Amino acid sequence: MGKWTRRAFIATGITTGLAAGGGVVVGIALRPGNQVKELAPKLGEENGKLVHTYIRIDSDNTITALIPQAELGQGVQTSLGQMLAEELDADWNHFEMEEAPALGEYATYSVGRAFLLAGVDFPDFAIPSIDGAFMRVADSLNLQITGGSMSVRTTGVLAMRTAGAATREMLLQAAAETWKIPVSEITTENSHVMHATSGRREPYAAFASRLADMTPSQLPTFKDPADYKIVGTHKPRRDIPAKVDGSLKFSLDVRLPDMLYASVMRSPVPGASLLSLDDSEARAIDGVTDVVVIPQASVSSMVGETLSTDAVAVVADSYWSANEALKLLKPEWSVTGHESISSDQIFAQFERDIAAQVERKTDRVQGEVETAFSTAARVIDADYHVPFLAHTCMEPLNATAEVRNGSAEIWVGCQNPLGFRRDVAQILGMDPEQVTLHNHAMGGGFGRKARPDYAMQAAILAQKVGKPVQLIWSREEDVRQDFYRPAVQSRFRAAFDADNNLLAWENTYTNKNEPVEAPLIPYAVPTQDIGYVNSPVHVPFGAWRSVDHSQHGFFTESFIDEAAYTAGQDPFEFRVGLLADSPRHLAVLTRAAEESLWSSPLPEGRGRGISLQESFGSIVAQVVEVTVEEGKVAVDRVVAVIDPGLAVAPDGMAAQLESGIIYGLTAAMHGEITIENGAVAQSNFHDYQAVRMREAPAIETYVINSGHKIGGAGEPGTPGIAPALANAVFNATGMRVRQLPLDRFDLDYQAVETGTVG
Amino acid sequence: MSTTFWVNGVQQTVDVDPSKPLLWVIREQLELTGTKFGCGIAQCGACTVQIDGQAMRSCVTPVSAVADKRVTTIEGLAPGNGELHPLQQAWIEHQVPQCGYCQSGQLMSAAALLASNPSPNDDEIDAAMQGNICRCGMYGRIRTAIKSVNNVASATEKKLYYSVAGVNHG
Ligand code: FES
Ligand code: FES
Repeated sequence: MGKWTRRAFIATGITTGLAAGGGVVVGIALRPGNQVKELAPKLGEENGKLVHTYIRIDSDNTITALIPQAELGQGVQTSLGQMLAEELDADWNHFEMEEAPALGEYATYSVGRAFLLAGVDFPDFAIPSIDGAFMRVADSLNLQITGGSMSVRTTGVLAMRTAGAATREMLLQAAAETWKIPVSEITTENSHVMHATSGRREPYAAFASRLADMTPSQLPTFKDPADYKIVGTHKPRRDIPAKVDGSLKFSLDVRLPDMLYASVMRSPVPGASLLSLDDSEARAIDGVTDVVVIPQASVSSMVGETLSTDAVAVVADSYWSANEALKLLKPEWSVTGHESISSDQIFAQFERDIAAQVERKTDRVQGEVETAFSTAARVIDADYHVPFLAHTCMEPLNATAEVRNGSAEIWVGCQNPLGFRRDVAQILGMDPEQVTLHNHAMGGGFGRKARPDYAMQAAILAQKVGKPVQLIWSREEDVRQDFYRPAVQSRFRAAFDADNNLLAWENTYTNKNEPVEAPLIPYAVPTQDIGYVNSPVHVPFGAWRSVDHSQHGFFTESFIDEAAYTAGQDPFEFRVGLLADSPRHLAVLTRAAEESLWSSPLPEGRGRGISLQESFGSIVAQVVEVTVEEGKVAVDRVVAVIDPGLAVAPDGMAAQLESGIIYGLTAAMHGEITIENGAVAQSNFHDYQAVRMREAPAIETYVINSGHKIGGAGEPGTPGIAPALANAVFNATGMRVRQLPLDRFDLDYQAVETGTVG
Repeated sequence: MSTTFWVNGVQQTVDVDPSKPLLWVIREQLELTGTKFGCGIAQCGACTVQIDGQAMRSCVTPVSAVADKRVTTIEGLAPGNGELHPLQQAWIEHQVPQCGYCQSGQLMSAAALLASNPSPNDDEIDAAMQGNICRCGMYGRIRTAIKSVNNVASATEKKLYYSVAGVNHG
């Protein structure tokens, strides 16, 4: 990519291979007062002023932030609100948050940029134009993604803070002009403008109307973090009360007059098309009104292509009837050629492709690899494997749609409202402006709800039926028709000199996705060769909480543990020895060792393991303690330390760490989607188990606010739990777990023998 | 065929297939949407309600099975008059929910536990809550919140309170 100039950037936009339709146009300023009609309702009561795309000030001085990020459970709206309120010097007790509508004005372009162009840094002067809170990103972008642990890092840092600070500057300016005193003498506090000398004090609302004629700065001055009063303090989440009395409306809870319900299914083998359908028995069920064939459709966006293959659906006056009738459908699916594929074959293919090193590409090469290995005093090698994983969000996929008179409305919980709106419009043959999308808080997302297939299906159903339809996926459909965390094999070699120094690290794995840095290690190993081979499979790929870090965290942090034991060193001390040039990593790791009392002895049958993983801009160390009894592993305790730069919402950070750890623990202990006869073999929580109360360990979390650039919260807890657990199992039993999930293995006999599994 | 039962103290008569699961009757006929669907096979607990004070999975309970019985859903957990059930208060205080989707079921299971056992130990909490999955992984907070309610009042007072608030309204 050539050098960007501001001019070229604005004139031509960005084009990348990933961008459907060629790119992005930046540069239509959304001036205060320049509100499109859909924004009008957001103006609130008559005297409310939308002083900024993200900020409304009502005449009673209540301030509302319009947050362009979806709520999946992570509490993002509260933390983004905290960032805006801080810079605005708002009164938190009269400060509210709403999710912004799915309109182009709220495209989270800053998220998109970071997502797409990881590693490409724009010149600083261009950043405000691209990300600035005041620039309308053209609707062609259609990107309003919540994912990649980026909400606080991008929308928060670039948009929310800027909006708050610039609006505060405008308020100061407006007060200065009204009071005819220099701006420098005016201060703000708790949504009031003040002049100490004269004792004047007026609410922000008094100046809101003047802001309409002012142009906000794109480079306002930010507060010194030392002066923070709202950011970094505990503010109870505003969305929680509605989550304890059943009153929060998820999209599953939408009720419309004349609404029908639908259940859907696709071919068990991904990618097949429908050849014929016998629906006679299904139609005979009481309450069934329609059986609908939903044809294959494909949409693509900056996050990749989503192929929604042929599906059949039953529509009825009750979801239960629809789903019962669905079981009676007799569809005939086309042969894809994948009908005999099993997980074993997929792993055999990985093994072949890694061995053949066909078109191996590299992530990092340094030093003389061949020399290092050929002259080494000692070389170890190992192969690691992880299976496919489904997301199993607590709330099954669902969407409610109504298509009438050339327009459509859709109620859904999704991680990309603008993208969903565009995709739904596309399959209905409409313009995005003809589609209104109501985004609901989600019962979990974990990456799955960035894929629009379920919303597209609901839209087609509503169009064909001519009535509002609520489509609910059964859990079976959810497990079998996911976009999966890929199965991966990863092969390692490590070379040591005669003094047990780790000289070289070689790693080849299958199928790279993102983030690009996931397989890299933070350790100062002089010679490194890290790369991958492509080994395509027919199982659809999806981003799964922490994406590639979820596997590479397990691989690299297990193998470095093997290296430590090979070198005859304590795994913590060994890592410390390789982190002299990484003070943040070292501080996080050391804190975890201290908090967990790393070197205190443990009784027989118990073990301790450690891991260190940087992901999404945050660094996390975990220490896990296990008891292995009669072959069963119990996780007794997890100590997790994170350096996210700054935790905007400290309790939210703790909760996200806990959440990420349990999510990763479920995968490490039980998570396994297997392929049999080309299809997913699992179907529901009985055969795709989740960690439950009895297995859930005590988790202690510690935050180091190092003051560095703000990192993510939602994902960084996930990658480090599996390796810390596997390392603890090794410490307890002498058995090295190189394949997940753990409950595949009987660790019992290892009491009398040491060795490896997987 | 019609079935008559009590929901949150109100008598309801529904004319549906008697084998229709209570979950869908509550959500569709009665439009009480706080009770959630998560698996449909008694594996996740999202659909937990109380039937005559017992925590039950409404997704596998045919509506005919609750004829003349007292059903409590999350909407009926609070004692009314604007007050919350102590567990709901504890849930807020300990910031238990993430997405919140499982929490109706978690609360109904926890309330049934405390109604019969005001001071459960860890094992008893494990046993009572084992059927409720939280994919957001808030088990530690759920445990802490349950235990915090333990400490607010003497066992007898609580027993009385729960029998009024959590079970016996109707
Ligand atoms: S929906 Fe009833 S237990 Fe899962
Ligand atoms: S809070 Fe999300 S599943 Fe429990």
